Amino acid sequence: MYLATPPDPEPNPRARRRPLGQTDAMTTIETKSGSGSTRARGLGLAAVRGLGLALVLLPGAVLCFTLSLVSIALIPIGIGLVTTPWVLTGVRTFADWRRVLAAQWCGVKIPSAYRPVPEGANPWTRTFALLRDPATWRDLRWLPVDMTAGFLTALLPAVLLFYPLEGFALAAGLWRVFADAGYVAYWYGFVPVTGQASAFGAAALALALLFLAHFAGPRLLKAHFQLTRALLAPGQGELAERVRVLTETRRDAVDTSAAELRRIERDLHDGAQARLVAMGMDLGTVEALLDKDPEKARQLLAEARRNSADALTELRDLVRGIHPPVLAERGLGDAVRALALRLPVSTEVDVDLPGRADEPVESAAYFAVSEILTNAVKHAEADRIWVDVHHAEGMLRIAVTDNGQGGAVIGAGSGLSGVERRLGTFDGVLAVSSPAGGPTMVTMEIPCELS
Amino acid sequence: MRVVLAEDLFLLRDGLVRMLEAYDFEIAAAVESGPELNRALAELKPDVAVVDVRLPPSHTDEGLQCALQARRARPGLPVLVLSQHVEQLYARELLADGAGGVGYLLKDRVFDAEQFIDAVRRVAAGGTAMDPQVIQQLLSRRQAESRPLGRLTPREREVLELMAQGRSNAAIAERLVVTERAIAKHTSNIFAKLGLEVSDDDNRRVLAVLAYLDQGR
Repeated sequence: MYLATPPDPEPNPRARRRPLGQTDAMTTIETKSGSGSTRARGLGLAAVRGLGLALVLLPGAVLCFTLSLVSIALIPIGIGLVTTPWVLTGVRTFADWRRVLAAQWCGVKIPSAYRPVPEGANPWTRTFALLRDPATWRDLRWLPVDMTAGFLTALLPAVLLFYPLEGFALAAGLWRVFADAGYVAYWYGFVPVTGQASAFGAAALALALLFLAHFAGPRLLKAHFQLTRALLAPGQGELAERVRVLTETRRDAVDTSAAELRRIERDLHDGAQARLVAMGMDLGTVEALLDKDPEKARQLLAEARRNSADALTELRDLVRGIHPPVLAERGLGDAVRALALRLPVSTEVDVDLPGRADEPVESAAYFAVSEILTNAVKHAEADRIWVDVHHAEGMLRIAVTDNGQGGAVIGAGSGLSGVERRLGTFDGVLAVSSPAGGPTMVTMEIPCELS
Repeated sequence: MRVVLAEDLFLLRDGLVRMLEAYDFEIAAAVESGPELNRALAELKPDVAVVDVRLPPSHTDEGLQCALQARRARPGLPVLVLSQHVEQLYARELLADGAGGVGYLLKDRVFDAEQFIDAVRRVAAGGTAMDPQVIQQLLSRRQAESRPLGRLTPREREVLELMAQGRSNAAIAERLVVTERAIAKHTSNIFAKLGLEVSDDDNRRVLAVLAYLDQGR
């Protein structure tokens, strides 16, 4: 049996910094494949991958663990304050890399629940924010296991594949070399090789091992990632963390909607309402003037009509800000297309949605895209934008890429942090890759089902 | 001239019926939902249909879909679509068949009865009536990337805008208070600068301009 690889679930590890949706995270994807050749390929792949992984993980884990210990030990004398955020971020990157491999190679999803590190804060705050995060300590507990048991389980498929080769070589005549060299007995596994007969015994053992490898090899690599998951995935105690996040996002959602209602109230009060009052007044005056001064009355009528037109324009803009009509009429895909057509910048929109998401999700996604597009046009001075909207594996994924000057950050007060908060209500996440000089790529993921 | 009218809000439907009747249109049917509109368009064979984009029961773009479907069944069936908001996306879908006899206006335009009735008549005659807002959106987008548009004089741009809305030379001349010959001259300049084929047929000309403005998207 070989395990299906989900199609590139998370190319950018940074996008996993704050995944909150853990409900489906414990599921693994398996498909049965009975054919022998597929299985042999699976074994070969598992062996090569496992070997490569083992070779990287051992120095990686040792380095991460040592640096972390040293860095944390140096906190009392100050140096640690500067180094710890760097080192622990490195550890997170290392762990995130393993999460990506686990998902890509074996379909083992390992949720991560790192609290966001305050960007741009002083080293003291950053260090202690990191140390207060239970996920940090979970990483540090995982590293020693990873460099021992993790290393061995990763290596095992390769051993099971390559060790039998030696058994066959012994039977084919290699045993003579050892006999000539004066060995009393060369141990192959638990078989002491002394002559051709026992060399055949070694070959039989090799065959058994190969048989074992054939069936267990790919599963062993999966076992490695399951071990990783057991140590890295947030446990029951993390429910408290989940509650904290939910409380936070709920407060944000309530705040945002209250602020929205206040804005709408103010806009109506100062806009359309005031214009209707003026109109009514003008019409009253017209009534009085109709006989006395028809010319003046005509002027006032024209004014009243202008006021009603302006009131309509204001109401239209207001409605667009509350819930864009195209979104209501056509859904997210066409609403984003219509939005792109309004931009002064050439924008390519690629939509692949087999159905419609819930209205609140559509609305949040739409306003997120709208904000990001505005940023791209206003701040990045892009002259080409690409928007990709699709739905896969229970996730609505949207990527907005522009060829502008880059340098976008999710910072306090920036439009992007507003977007992040808004998406947070739906357990959605936002990731920004925007090196100075561009290009900027903003991706978001919202867990949802389509109807 | 026989009109089928589809509008779900009673006040507006009533107002439109009164206005159209005042200008000697015959109201073949005034309906308030998508299925009723479908039936009326199929059975009554009107000269022109005036349709609200959003209709019950779905309250999505049902009116627009009915109109598009009716035009597929009967190409060139004159349809004037009204909406509380205009979207280039919808305008493009209406114009896609290139058959003309299409209008797309903001509901606000009914404030000016004469202009509105003029638009209905134009559409019924196989012409085009595009809302100034749609045209402005198209122009501002195209201007950002198209060199030829930048070469137009302000006056020519004004003429182009009115032309794209679907107005004839005579109407543009009246609007800008110049002679029709002056407009004809502007028009041929515009077509030369944009590299478009000149056509004597007003409707064809409008569709060519709209296609030019909307191209490449």
